[in-house]
Amino acid sequence: MSVFVDTSTRLVVQGITGRDGSFHAKQMMEYGTNVVAGVTPGKGGQTFEGTVPVFNTVAEAVHATQANTSVIYVPAAVAASAIFEAADSGLGLIICITEGIPVLDMTRVLPFVHERGARLIGPNCPGLISPGKSKVGIIPGNICQPGKIGVVSRSGTLTYEIVHQLSTNGFGQSTCVGIGGDPLIGTNFIHCLSAFEADPDTAAIVMIGEIGGTDEQHAAEFVKQKVKKPVVGFIAGQTAPPGRRMGHAGAIISGSSGTAADKMAALEQAGIAVMKRPADVVPLLKERL
Amino acid sequence: MNLHEYQARDILRKHGIPVPPGEVATTPAQARAIAERFGGKVVVKAQVHAGGRGKAGGVKLAKTAAEAEAHAKAILGMTIKGLTVHQVLVAPAAEIVSESYVGIIVDRASQRPLLIVSAAGGIDIEEVAAKTPEKLHRLPVDPRYGLLPHQALALGFALYRDVKQARAAADIMQKLYGAVYAVGASLAEINPLVTTPDGSVQALDAKIVIDDNELERRPEMAALRDVSSEAPEEVAAREAGLTFIKLEGDVGCCVNGAGLAMATMDLVKYYGGEPANFLDIGGSSNPQKVVAALRIMTADPHVKVILFNIFGGITRGDDVANGIVQATKEFPLKVPIVIRLTGTNEKEGVAILERAGFKALTDMDEAVKQAVS
Repeated sequence: MSVFVDTSTRLVVQGITGRDGSFHAKQMMEYGTNVVAGVTPGKGGQTFEGTVPVFNTVAEAVHATQANTSVIYVPAAVAASAIFEAADSGLGLIICITEGIPVLDMTRVLPFVHERGARLIGPNCPGLISPGKSKVGIIPGNICQPGKIGVVSRSGTLTYEIVHQLSTNGFGQSTCVGIGGDPLIGTNFIHCLSAFEADPDTAAIVMIGEIGGTDEQHAAEFVKQKVKKPVVGFIAGQTAPPGRRMGHAGAIISGSSGTAADKMAALEQAGIAVMKRPADVVPLLKERL
Repeated sequence: MNLHEYQARDILRKHGIPVPPGEVATTPAQARAIAERFGGKVVVKAQVHAGGRGKAGGVKLAKTAAEAEAHAKAILGMTIKGLTVHQVLVAPAAEIVSESYVGIIVDRASQRPLLIVSAAGGIDIEEVAAKTPEKLHRLPVDPRYGLLPHQALALGFALYRDVKQARAAADIMQKLYGAVYAVGASLAEINPLVTTPDGSVQALDAKIVIDDNELERRPEMAALRDVSSEAPEEVAAREAGLTFIKLEGDVGCCVNGAGLAMATMDLVKYYGGEPANFLDIGGSSNPQKVVAALRIMTADPHVKVILFNIFGGITRGDDVANGIVQATKEFPLKVPIVIRLTGTNEKEGVAILERAGFKALTDMDEAVKQAVS
């Protein structure tokens, strides 16, 4: 098993004819993801790569293909609207890769998605991959290996770094989820930890956090109370100055809140093995498993 | 993007919030002329993106126009927390009976706009929150309905017993909430919200931060950016599509992805070095960005070594390699460079680098160790 995506995933790609959307749709298809439809308003009736039907609206795509998951690659200016549309079309899982959505738009998107019972992953995230089964997003498939480690992260390339360390040392992954670097996101650490804890094929969990907000602290509390599987954690931004946005919109120390030191202490207190550097992930997992 | 106090006051005024008059001066003579118009008794305030202006000597009271001119002369050109003051706000000195706080932030925990009010205004609200949290009233607002009148009035009564003043404060809160969505603010605060001897409620000082992600669709907000108040290399980086933050150390870092960039800085520190900057070249593949990144880093005389840490995903190794080679043709490097390159198109990238006489490593720890040694 795995979490959120697997061989039953039927994917619709919003923005499939765009530069990023078409490139990654091809990559996902090559990986074996079941891409059943694409959506680009005005291009309904076309076919992508000779096999995937393109529709004008998500509702039409869902009706015609029974898609159950959407991935969004549209530009930031229309990305909030794309999430609204996906949720309104009855999709249960929506992954938004797009970076740069205004945070006030997200204050309206999130309750809407929640009311319709959908799960949103992202925005501003690399998506997720259940190695050997399905890849939704932009995580390079070749660095992942099937296995028993669940990975959840606020970052993109830092996740690749750590997954690469895992794969080259014989630790395959059940699922790797990038939850996104924005301050308001649909799926947080706790949602993923809870899914990994319930997944019989996940034996241990790696969580990769960063400065800003208090999600890692809440996650630590959750681990202490509800997670029996071993958890290894990393926090990026130990050298980040306060008050500056470190690339990710959500990576900012506000006043004295959201520092790496606070988060590392919270993880340690919850019994999580804390890495000092990415290369520590393998020895710490060996220790705990 | 931070706005200056005078810009924030303009926005509040446009949204119908009572704000006392005030004008901006860039020279002492202008400050004097403005002070004369206001009758001489004024406050002169540095316009700079830094807190603690008062403590730093950037806010001064003047009894006469001549004194205002002298204060402006002292304040203009001074540096507060590393930022030079280019403008002062000259406003009539107000008689103040009480000082409160009203602010709205986008709250990560509730995922809603959070209205915060406190009768203990005029000072650092973080300090109030830390020492006397019971003095803060918080209301996460449901964005589907907005700030409802009864909610605002209840918070108005938390500030003032007088019903007229409570209603005035409630009206200000609703207008502030409207302004947040109208301008795309991630933070908007009035501190202090004052009452005057005649009983009126006014926004004396304001701070607004515009969400950077709003700037593309709000050119009128983007136009308020004051580049003279930012570090020049950060302006250059933004124009090149890079995220750059200057730090104190001497190891220049160039990384793809924000998380990996932070982890790289941390690893530099772990091995005993100090990062000179945060620099994220982003996910795209563009040799020009790499050239711009190298130009910015090499312009910093503190940088003793340059460290590239590239884990190719969307970013392609050959694009980064081409950028490095192209940059070093345009301007010779005066400091050593250590390159870690792995992931997408690693082989092609390494080949390009080796042809140009560079070496490339594949391991992040090895590269950082070499850079700090």
